[in-house]
Amino acid sequence: MTTSLLEARDLSIHKGLRQLLKGVNLRVESGDIWQLAGSNGIGKTSLLRSFARLASIEVYGDLSRCDDVLYSGHSAALKGALSPRQNLKYHPSGLCIPSDSEIDDALASVGLSGYENALTARLSAGQKRRVALARLFLPTGRLWLLDEPFTALDVAGVEVLEQRFKAHAHAGGAVVFTSHQSADLGDRLNVLDLEQFRGE
Amino acid sequence: MSETTDIDMLRYCRSQTGRHIMLLVRSPSEVINPLLFFLLVIILFPLGLGPDREQLSVLAPGILWVVALLANLMICMRLFVDDFEDGSLEQLAMARVPLAIAVLPQLVASWLASGLLLSLVSPLFGLMLGLSMDVTPVLVASLLMGTAIMLLLGAVGSALTVGVQRGGMLLALLVLPLYVPVLIAGTRALNEALYGGDPYVALALLGAGVTGGLILAPLAIAAGLRVSLEL
Repeated sequence: MTTSLLEARDLSIHKGLRQLLKGVNLRVESGDIWQLAGSNGIGKTSLLRSFARLASIEVYGDLSRCDDVLYSGHSAALKGALSPRQNLKYHPSGLCIPSDSEIDDALASVGLSGYENALTARLSAGQKRRVALARLFLPTGRLWLLDEPFTALDVAGVEVLEQRFKAHAHAGGAVVFTSHQSADLGDRLNVLDLEQFRGE
Repeated sequence: MSETTDIDMLRYCRSQTGRHIMLLVRSPSEVINPLLFFLLVIILFPLGLGPDREQLSVLAPGILWVVALLANLMICMRLFVDDFEDGSLEQLAMARVPLAIAVLPQLVASWLASGLLLSLVSPLFGLMLGLSMDVTPVLVASLLMGTAIMLLLGAVGSALTVGVQRGGMLLALLVLPLYVPVLIAGTRALNEALYGGDPYVALALLGAGVTGGLILAPLAIAAGLRVSLEL
């Protein structure tokens, strides 16, 4: 029994006077992994943000989705002055506050054990990215909307993330992400090429 | 899917307040700068006006309140900027808590670090301006309430202008007219106390302002943030 976590019908997105995308139809069911693909500037991020309901002013069409959503954008909402542990514990999106052991496990999963109490400002770009992605290893939303999750990650990091995507989909969640690189996600992966929806 | 309960919201607000207080502790310049500004101006006034105690104490209520107002404006200019730039505001909007409630923790933390601190050290500044110690309770009480109102009003302006590049001047234009009644009520309370009148009318007005502001400002702040985030 699959349930629909997100359903977009005839969605069009405008930026200023320009129509970015039109007629986007997408149904994301539990267990699905969707990659939004397309050239730079076609509107991948805008579409993802509209799914997150972070840009509804210029979005037209029907959109229904579940409430239990995790969105991770280009800016990771990390505070340099806090440690990775504090950043995860006091994350502004977090309604359920994870315990310290859950956070340490999550940080260990992304290969950051030993950095729990370091200053986030001192970490490298890739390590900061990993802190942001550690949120995916905490008990969080069913529907993940991830903007370019693979940027700044090394090969091992990408692999860890791919495994996590599969596990999440297997557990009944769903992932929608934007990326330029092709990910090794098995037969669960669906690619939505946005070129076909290019607006005029 | 479980519903968001009041307890969840309370826990969320508590943890977010902790986050903001921690951030303020970690970057003390944001707390100290407004206080330092306050101190510098208070030091400069006796130098500019001459050491005549009588004259200074006449001007003291006005000076203290105007400087408090400007210090508050400084704080409001920074209020949402960092959170806007690093995506924290976006995540705040993703939390399953009404935005009007989700902004409260930051307001509380900011007020503790600015208004409360400023009010507590204000008797010292009053002393430097030759203000009689008898009016200290009125000075502290009026500043406690006045800074809260000004922070709430300033936060509305800040929420609206956070997306604007260098929106500081715009913010000042937006909120200064709203600060004027607070300034008048605050100085009025002090002057009444200084000259044997009844300061309670003005203090009651400030109290009413805090109550009204606490109820209405979060809604306006949330609406402003929605505009700035293009939600």
